[in-house]
Amino acid sequence: MLSHLAVLQVVVPLLAAPTCLILERARAAWLFACLACLLSLGISIALFMQVEASGPISYALGGWEAPWGIEYRIDALSSFVLLLINLVAAAVIIGANSSLTAELPEPRHSPFYVLFLLCFAGLQGIVATGDAFNVFVFLEISSLATYALVALGRDRRALFAAYQYLIVGTIGATFYLIGIGFLYSLTGTLNMADMAQLLPGLEEQRLVAAAFAFVVIGIAMKLALFPLHGWLPDAYSQAPSMATAFLAASATKVALYLFIRMYFEVLGQDAVNALFPVGKLFLLLGAIAVILASLAAIRQNNVKRVFALSSVGQIGYLVIGVGLGNALGLQAALLHLFNHGLIKAALFIAVAAVVCRVGGSRLEDFRGLGRAMPWTMGGMVIGALSLIGVPLTAGFVSKWYLVLAAMESGLWPLVALVLIGSFIALFYVWRIVEVAYFQPRDGAAVSEAPLMLLLPLWAMALANLYFGIDTSLTVGGSEQAVNFLMGSRP
Amino acid sequence: MMQSATQLLLLALVLPLLAVPGILLARNQPNLREAISLLTGAALFIVNLCLFSLGEGGVVLVEILPRLAISLELQPLGLVFGLVASFLWPITTLYAIGYMRGHDEDNQARFYVFFAIAISAVMGLAYSGNLFTLFVFYEIVTFSTYPLVTHAGTEKALKGGRTYLSLLLGTSIVFFIPAMIGTWFFAGNLDFQPGGVFGEEVSPIALSVLLVLFAFGIGKAALMPFHRWLPAAMVAPTPVSALLHAVAVVKAGVFSVVTVVVYIFGIDTVAKLPITPFLVYLAGASILLASLVAMRQDNFKSRLAYSTVSQLGYITLGAFLASEAAVAGSLLHIVMHAFGKITLFFCAGALYVAHHKSQISEFDGMGRVMPITFIAFTLGALSIIGLPPLGGVWSKWFLMMGALDSGYMIMLAVLSISSLLNIVYLLEIPARAFLKPAPEGATLQEARSSSVLAMTITALMCIALFIYGSDIYEFIRSARLT
Repeated sequence: MLSHLAVLQVVVPLLAAPTCLILERARAAWLFACLACLLSLGISIALFMQVEASGPISYALGGWEAPWGIEYRIDALSSFVLLLINLVAAAVIIGANSSLTAELPEPRHSPFYVLFLLCFAGLQGIVATGDAFNVFVFLEISSLATYALVALGRDRRALFAAYQYLIVGTIGATFYLIGIGFLYSLTGTLNMADMAQLLPGLEEQRLVAAAFAFVVIGIAMKLALFPLHGWLPDAYSQAPSMATAFLAASATKVALYLFIRMYFEVLGQDAVNALFPVGKLFLLLGAIAVILASLAAIRQNNVKRVFALSSVGQIGYLVIGVGLGNALGLQAALLHLFNHGLIKAALFIAVAAVVCRVGGSRLEDFRGLGRAMPWTMGGMVIGALSLIGVPLTAGFVSKWYLVLAAMESGLWPLVALVLIGSFIALFYVWRIVEVAYFQPRDGAAVSEAPLMLLLPLWAMALANLYFGIDTSLTVGGSEQAVNFLMGSRP
Repeated sequence: MMQSATQLLLLALVLPLLAVPGILLARNQPNLREAISLLTGAALFIVNLCLFSLGEGGVVLVEILPRLAISLELQPLGLVFGLVASFLWPITTLYAIGYMRGHDEDNQARFYVFFAIAISAVMGLAYSGNLFTLFVFYEIVTFSTYPLVTHAGTEKALKGGRTYLSLLLGTSIVFFIPAMIGTWFFAGNLDFQPGGVFGEEVSPIALSVLLVLFAFGIGKAALMPFHRWLPAAMVAPTPVSALLHAVAVVKAGVFSVVTVVVYIFGIDTVAKLPITPFLVYLAGASILLASLVAMRQDNFKSRLAYSTVSQLGYITLGAFLASEAAVAGSLLHIVMHAFGKITLFFCAGALYVAHHKSQISEFDGMGRVMPITFIAFTLGALSIIGLPPLGGVWSKWFLMMGALDSGYMIMLAVLSISSLLNIVYLLEIPARAFLKPAPEGATLQEARSSSVLAMTITALMCIALFIYGSDIYEFIRSARLT
């Protein structure tokens, strides 16, 4: 049993999805989904500890040895990302029932759980597998499920947002597939570790460059990297609130994981940069994303859109960390990947709680909630402080590393940029806090959010505080991943 | 010995927080609620006295990243600041009782709760063992005082609060954080140690940039042009302005500047940096400009606010003059100005509560209506101007000595001119109150007795500090500053 953990991580939610379909009753489906997610969380913790103790785990699917068969590979990087996705998924699914009851008619509940589990399984598959084509399969599973999840939103505009996302997502996946096709024709293997060994010896570096361009653009679309981010604000603001909470905290993170895997391990950072200064391009795009998206967030009136645009900006930070190309920068990216996942989970669950009680997420809906929903807003303020990067929150730790990494590269303007980005975050976040705490509420009285939403919200909020104070897990985990990635190709 | 220092340091941090649940539980029984605040304040002062008698010790609370910890450490600079802040807290509480009740304010429990949190953070700041700890508590001070500034909840209060928060947090995010991370980058640690943390190999240019970042990043020191938050914060109830915006918050700022100069850079290093003259002149300009602006303010609290900006310039100036005498003068000025300015704010609040007067032009003849208030005001004002027999004379004396030591003759002129300006804009007020005829039908009517008691104590302290000023100076000089 223990030796099968790597594959069970994906199989558990994948099989739980059709079971939810059979359990037609919403409550039963929810309980079953909760069970599956908690089980999966347990597996991810076990995997994380196992990898930390004894190094990477390799699992040959169906007993077919790599590179012929499909290999599942859990190393320091993937176990770190798996842990994040599972934490967020468990928090979201626990609160999902209360939020859905308020947002969607009952018949749509069990489809939500089915799609949620499929999406969850797909995302985990991308992280767990060591096979480039298998990645594509899971990418499609998670993407198709995501389109449908977005389309479940109660507004008719959700359909348009889902359609928009579908087109961009499909183009992205196709680009990725073309890139993999090139790499396969060059190396004759689909196993990523195998590819990494074969690629440097090749003569057709021009083709490798083309393959890389396709792969990167494909992933950048899923990642919502500026200027390919157009789908994200619509999709995040139209999807059911809890779906947004999950997607914001995990989907873009997995895209970044895939990106790091391809860039650092398979193709090799130095080899790629010898062909084209990609690192500099990332720095540029990341910087533009941070500033433009943060400025756009200030002007939004819908809180979901504020946080969605903030996500685009935060992806900028992640890409900057990768683009810096040094060990500290990569560690900053991984830390922020984890911490930002926790931040956005807390913020979007708080928004879900507000939508659940007030019925909307426009700025004026937040009036006076500081008094009416003290626990919800308290959790949200913690998430917001972490987003700004106040010390003793998780957000501070990742910003610390990012600034340090920029200093190490001698890129002082970038240091200024990262900090100015934080400063702008203060503005768009504080607008919400001010409305909630200092403007009186008019109209009907509002009660505190249901306990089942407050629990995951506070779990995430406290996680933000915990990982801001005891950083041994996040810093240690990301350091191992960096050593693994940087060490694999000196 | 060390053991008890550890426990006392933690107690200083936790004691104000312990009052919070008490205040919340007793929120509907004003007498009990205020008794809790007062007793905690008195106990906190005793804890600080015990810390003073111990003199050394420290504790590491939690290590966040390798070599980046939250730790507390007793050192002479912090002890001076901690004693002043903890002495004035119960007195301000005493004053606030009279003020808040006389004014019938809403949300009084929330007021006392955030007050207690702010004081706890100030204690942490005073006893920080490294720059990171100082920064953390610095930010907690900002956040915990924000609800106090916006206490009234009106549009004007919110606007003031916005300026307050965005300037204080803005400077700390954009300047202070890079300065801190830069220090870490060049020195490899952030621990406070006499003589500074930087090695010989760090270039003076880099150090100059860092020093400028610190000077502007510590926005609470209100060095021009980042002083706007202080007048904006005057929308707060007067006890907040008195303790926080004359003592705790602003002094936290200048205390941080002095600490950074003494324990991060080292006095000798700062004295040699090419940027230092620029900062000295900037502080001098801040002193004079703020005094000139203060003269034009008719609103009493605004005038006091700009006067504070000017006086903070003295302390920053002393730090950047970078001689032992000047730094000791700075620290002494933290003490002297705290007692003087809090007296002035107490008077401002008393006038507002008892007679709803907040404009200086309305004060004609009020000296006969509120004689104790205006006598206290005169004493506080004389101390700030720096005339004997009041405490303020010492700090100005040593600052001037420091300016001479460091060879900035022109700063002598700046300090003298500023004293003259102080006379003009501060003594105008008692002159109006005592010399102009009283308003018709006015009878003797002071503010509530607890408020009057508070301002009497602080005014008398200004005199006591004249007698004991040299002892404080000796204490500071006996410490190892370089």
